[in-house]
Amino acid sequence: MPTVTRRGFLKVGVAGASAMVAAGLGFDAALAESTKVKQKLRIAGAKELHSVCPYCAVGCSLVAYTRQNSNGSVELLQIEGDPDSPVNEGRLCPKGATAMQLAVSPRRVESPQYRAPGATGWKSVSWDFVLDKIAQNVKASRDATFVTTDGNGNTVNRTEGIAFAGGAAFSSEEGYFATKLMRGLGLVHLEQQARV
Amino acid sequence: MLQNNLFHDEYVRNYTNASFLVKDGYAFTDGLFSGYSASARTYNIASWSYDTDPATSFANRDMTLQNPRSVFQLMKQHYSRYTPEMVSSITGIPVADFNKVADLVGQMGKPDKVMTIVYAVGLTHHTTGGQLIRSGAVLQLLLGNMGRPGGGMNAERGHANIQGNTDHAISWEILPGYLKIPAPGQKTIADYVAQSAPKKSDKNSWNFFGTNYSKFMVSTLKAWYGDAAKKDNEFAFNFVPKPAGNASWMTIYDQALKGKMEGLMLSGMTAASIGPDSNQVRQALGNLKWLVIMDALPTTSSEFWHAPGVDASQVKTEVFMLPATHWIEKEGSFVNSGRWSQWKDQVLPPQGQARHDHWILADIFQRVKTLYKTQGGKFPDPIMSLTFDYKDPLKPDLDEIAREINGKDLSTGKQMTTFANLKDDGTTTTGDWIYTGSYLDTGNLMKRRQGVQDPKANDPTGMGFYPNWSWSWPLNRRVMYNRASADLNGKAWDPARPGITWNGSKWVGDVPDYPATMDPHDPNAYLPFIMNGEGVGRLFSNGMVDGPLPEHYEPIESPVQNPLHPTNSASPVAFLYDKAAGRPNRFGTATDYPYIATSYRLTEHEHYVTQHVPHLVQLQPRPFVEIPQELASEKGIKSGDQVRVSSKRGKVEVLALVTKRLGPMTVAGQKVYQIGIPIHWGYIGISADSDPSHGRYWLANALTPFVGDANARTPEFKAFLVNLEKI
Repeated sequence: MPTVTRRGFLKVGVAGASAMVAAGLGFDAALAESTKVKQKLRIAGAKELHSVCPYCAVGCSLVAYTRQNSNGSVELLQIEGDPDSPVNEGRLCPKGATAMQLAVSPRRVESPQYRAPGATGWKSVSWDFVLDKIAQNVKASRDATFVTTDGNGNTVNRTEGIAFAGGAAFSSEEGYFATKLMRGLGLVHLEQQARV
Repeated sequence: MLQNNLFHDEYVRNYTNASFLVKDGYAFTDGLFSGYSASARTYNIASWSYDTDPATSFANRDMTLQNPRSVFQLMKQHYSRYTPEMVSSITGIPVADFNKVADLVGQMGKPDKVMTIVYAVGLTHHTTGGQLIRSGAVLQLLLGNMGRPGGGMNAERGHANIQGNTDHAISWEILPGYLKIPAPGQKTIADYVAQSAPKKSDKNSWNFFGTNYSKFMVSTLKAWYGDAAKKDNEFAFNFVPKPAGNASWMTIYDQALKGKMEGLMLSGMTAASIGPDSNQVRQALGNLKWLVIMDALPTTSSEFWHAPGVDASQVKTEVFMLPATHWIEKEGSFVNSGRWSQWKDQVLPPQGQARHDHWILADIFQRVKTLYKTQGGKFPDPIMSLTFDYKDPLKPDLDEIAREINGKDLSTGKQMTTFANLKDDGTTTTGDWIYTGSYLDTGNLMKRRQGVQDPKANDPTGMGFYPNWSWSWPLNRRVMYNRASADLNGKAWDPARPGITWNGSKWVGDVPDYPATMDPHDPNAYLPFIMNGEGVGRLFSNGMVDGPLPEHYEPIESPVQNPLHPTNSASPVAFLYDKAAGRPNRFGTATDYPYIATSYRLTEHEHYVTQHVPHLVQLQPRPFVEIPQELASEKGIKSGDQVRVSSKRGKVEVLALVTKRLGPMTVAGQKVYQIGIPIHWGYIGISADSDPSHGRYWLANALTPFVGDANARTPEFKAFLVNLEKI
């Protein structure tokens, strides 16, 4: 039997049954027969985009297929391993293979939520409301905990009372931007998932 | 390996510091290195310095490796205690099994052999974590396997983009590109460089990093503070905050418990689940004035104030939950464990009202700036002058930011092509020097996609480099320190597995980590490890705060005494947060908590976010602990029984999975059991929604200790003490 690379197999699969038969790959007759069933591929006519798995740092490449519906909304049809990637050659683990259920979820937080001190529930609020309040908090805490000169007379210009943590799900450029802004605000407590 | 001369002799002699002499005064006695202060629980690392020539301040060397003060001889003596029997006593690995592995590994010191060590970052989750990694690196140096294709000490990082975001310094102790955060007392760039940059300690050392440190720093300050960064104000060096001390993960919550931390912003990271001692962390969250969560889905932190058993009316923290976009709703790069920066498309528009994290941060920043403009306040200068050269300052493009990270030549306006051209006179910028070269005037190299669709064309060396697939830092180099992949004459150690080789006029193969045309026969040719001061790999290092040579210490909580030195059983410099803060002791002993526990992940989940993914919840629906068969039968526990696992800090109540794959082991002459604790569950997610207690006692980190490795302050998630009961 001729060797079939995983990539070759996937490409053939996408190209459809006729290519598979024509390539003479030696599949048995039953399989060849079954592939003659006229079935429209779920991804037929879809837009093909590239992404990277959101879970661990092996960096498996993803192919994502989307379609624009008549009402203008974009529908995610399928996510699968990218056969061209030297990292995963089309493969995905159980997490990557179900990435679609992370991408589109009825469990998403749909709008900004606010919980006042001592309140027993969330309140849906506007973006302006939360961003204004947070900006006021940042300024108040910065001004209250900012140290210009330490006990030894050294200029230190640091904000001691605000911390920022996160970033493993950021695009790198977002992470850089977060660092720049937080250092710009004088933060010294900066952390992400490298330690924990 | 040392006793049987199985190490790679030529490599060790020439490419490591085996020949360097160590100053008199260095010693190791009964588990303590020289320079220890018991009251401060720290070492004075100056006592681990090289013996230097006063005229040059270079280290004295003995190329015969016979001098008793040579690193090689000190090391040989240090590790003579680690006999196979001792290793077995420490680890529980049977002597015969250990010998089998040692025999295999020992063969890898032949020049035509190579092996790699790949570790998941769980290896760091010990109070000796930094040294555990170093022990692998030391072993690989002895085998001559660093800098070679197929070699190395390789971390598999645990989240999609920890690598990129560590490179870009979302970490208290660094600025982008692993420049140190400035310290109090440094007034000028020169002060900063003098205290931060590596110093040349051998005449043939290039010391590339040390030599260029000021160029990288000044170019970053120019990128951040633009016109406000001028030569006559030390390029706004005083704008950069200078921390008083450690400001890493546990310190944040320690400060909150002390009432000193007012606000915390978390993005894609849930404090209540991820850190050690979840109950103490939740208490800390309740001590904050305000908490901002940026996430696509609810987390145990966004909901901590009304978690099961918590009276929300008593929690005074003001909490904001900001819906952020998912990775697939934005473009930008993810950097994998191999430093490949792979660009991704925006596949979907944001769901609901979700916004990108960087747009949220840009907007908050601009509002803060407006407040300072209208109201004034403490030292607003850095806020006012931070560069925001984006088409829409509230909605910067990740493409614009990627170009900023690469940096440009201010005199020509062109993108920089290499960090070698960065200057410290204020005429160049870079957001992160190690990414210079990723985004040229010709385009974004991180988008390249020439992969296995044509291996012959796309992987010309056949070594799997795929140089036109994405882009890897630095300068698209795929194997770092690859000068060490060739011998002194520039020939590959193994012709079948070349990294770079000297063809008579230049280095060919991978992108050389070395001057491209430096003749290896030149007496002034640089040593291979260009980033450190020695120019060679460090078997012995004073870059660590807990010892120049890796040494075994028991975890802070352990049922046994260290067989090597029972009087100094655990790391004498591990950072004990509660004790240092004067809080009540939260460490247990084997009398009350007789079993070892270790925490880990399962293939089917990724930390906590997958609790929202139906298929993965179906694959691993309920929290459980793994219990060794023998212990289970002692306790009358069967698979599927409900059990309680408790530590001095908290408890979990979950299902038992009785297994043969965990112990018992014989350690230090005692029979010990180990209980395995997957980390993925909590009071948020699909599983918790269907549980009567709503996952009240499902947080694995309720058990883990609040203690940090002395170097990195990484918590000891991998070894602690618990008790086990059937409910």
